[in-house]
Amino acid sequence: MDVTFQFDWQAAFGSIPFLLKGIPYTLLISFGGLAIGFLIGILFGLLRISPTAWLRVPAVTYIEIFRGTPVLVQVLFIFYGLPQIIGSPINALVAGIAAIAVNSGAYISEIVRGGVQSIERGQREAGLSLGLSRRQTFRYIIWPQAFRRMIPSLGNQGIISIKDTSLFSVIGVGELVRQGQVYIATTFNALEVYLMVAMLYLAITLTLSFALRMLERKGLVGQ
Amino acid sequence: MNHDESLSGADPIVRLDKVNKHFGSLHVLKDIDLAVSSGEVVVIIGASGSGKSTLIRCINGLEEFQQGHIQVDGNDLVPHGKATKALQKIRTEVGMVFQQFNLFPHLSVLDNVTLAPMKVRGWNRVDATETAERLLERVDISDQAAKYPTQLSGGQQQRVALARALAMEPRLMLFDEPTSALDPEMIGEVLDAMRELAKEGMTMMIVTHEMGFAREVADRVVYIHQGEIAEEGPPEQVFDAPRNERTRSFLSRVLKH
Repeated sequence: MDVTFQFDWQAAFGSIPFLLKGIPYTLLISFGGLAIGFLIGILFGLLRISPTAWLRVPAVTYIEIFRGTPVLVQVLFIFYGLPQIIGSPINALVAGIAAIAVNSGAYISEIVRGGVQSIERGQREAGLSLGLSRRQTFRYIIWPQAFRRMIPSLGNQGIISIKDTSLFSVIGVGELVRQGQVYIATTFNALEVYLMVAMLYLAITLTLSFALRMLERKGLVGQ
Repeated sequence: MNHDESLSGADPIVRLDKVNKHFGSLHVLKDIDLAVSSGEVVVIIGASGSGKSTLIRCINGLEEFQQGHIQVDGNDLVPHGKATKALQKIRTEVGMVFQQFNLFPHLSVLDNVTLAPMKVRGWNRVDATETAERLLERVDISDQAAKYPTQLSGGQQQRVALARALAMEPRLMLFDEPTSALDPEMIGEVLDAMRELAKEGMTMMIVTHEMGFAREVADRVVYIHQGEIAEEGPPEQVFDAPRNERTRSFLSRVLKH
């Protein structure tokens, strides 16, 4: 057996066209799930700080359940478990998006809560004292400031969720890791192919980091 | 009573009847009776924690009270006030300047001033901007309109806050220790702007520790001690010949230095 290992560059680069086919799925699950998760996060984050207990309780329950269980278990439950209740199979892509949505939604709820609560009480009082309604005060004064403070945490959550989609190879979605596994099954170049898979994830997450940094810098004006 | 009303010349714009407020077991305001007529400048003095800020914050509903009745410009505030139409109306007609300025940091100076007139009064941007520019000029800050609040000094920020409140064309202005957060060299510019406003006939209720200013602009001084009005009257009487022992003792402490 050959003890000096040769990294096979040709195999590494040769796998890229096949791996790239997984990117649209990775992006679709990530950003589709995150977009829904963001809406869930706004809704439950605000319910979470409601003065009304019967609005707060469901929000806290949701957040604790989906933050406290692994996203892998959540997607297995949705893909294999839910069909037994509703009586029809669920598309793997839909299951993936749903899992990211409910999982990131729980974390984003907490980000939204923290962001809104971080705004000084005087801001709300100033808005109300000018005759703005509570809704207007939230919309024009509290939310724009809270959102800016939320950007770094939202970016963090985005990166975590993008990486979480790699787990969904187990339900057979043709995302990045799944494509890698399929390719390796015929060529056996595990080292080269997984390295390429890792590089592609890094390309996605670094792009997002960079975009967020620009957004943050723009948001600094006037703070 | 008739005599008092004929002196003030009009129905009061603000009237508090037996207002009581508790924070838990703490009795913050005790049976407060107070009436302020249109054009009057009332300065409220008292030690920290005496309830003077709480008193004016009850008038625009930033604090709720438990017993009594407050009427502002014909609108009634009731105990345990919820967000009623009357409260909304009062806040539209009553401006407030805060100790910490509370400008909106994400909006330019100009947008700070135009926001409420556009969203509450429904003015268009042209009219709101015109009014804002006039008010910013009046508080001597028109060259800063495009800047953001954090780029201004404390004194400038507080003058913008004054312009922001005046943009709603209020019938009454509340001032909650407007100079307490300012560096000493900036206090004068804010007091000047307030002095001018008083001269123009604005009805004002001012909570302050600036005794010289109080003596100069007040039509009436109200001294609050532990949640009660201990003494009220014209500044000459309250400052030079206080009738209440507590007023004397308070003034001797604050006027010494």
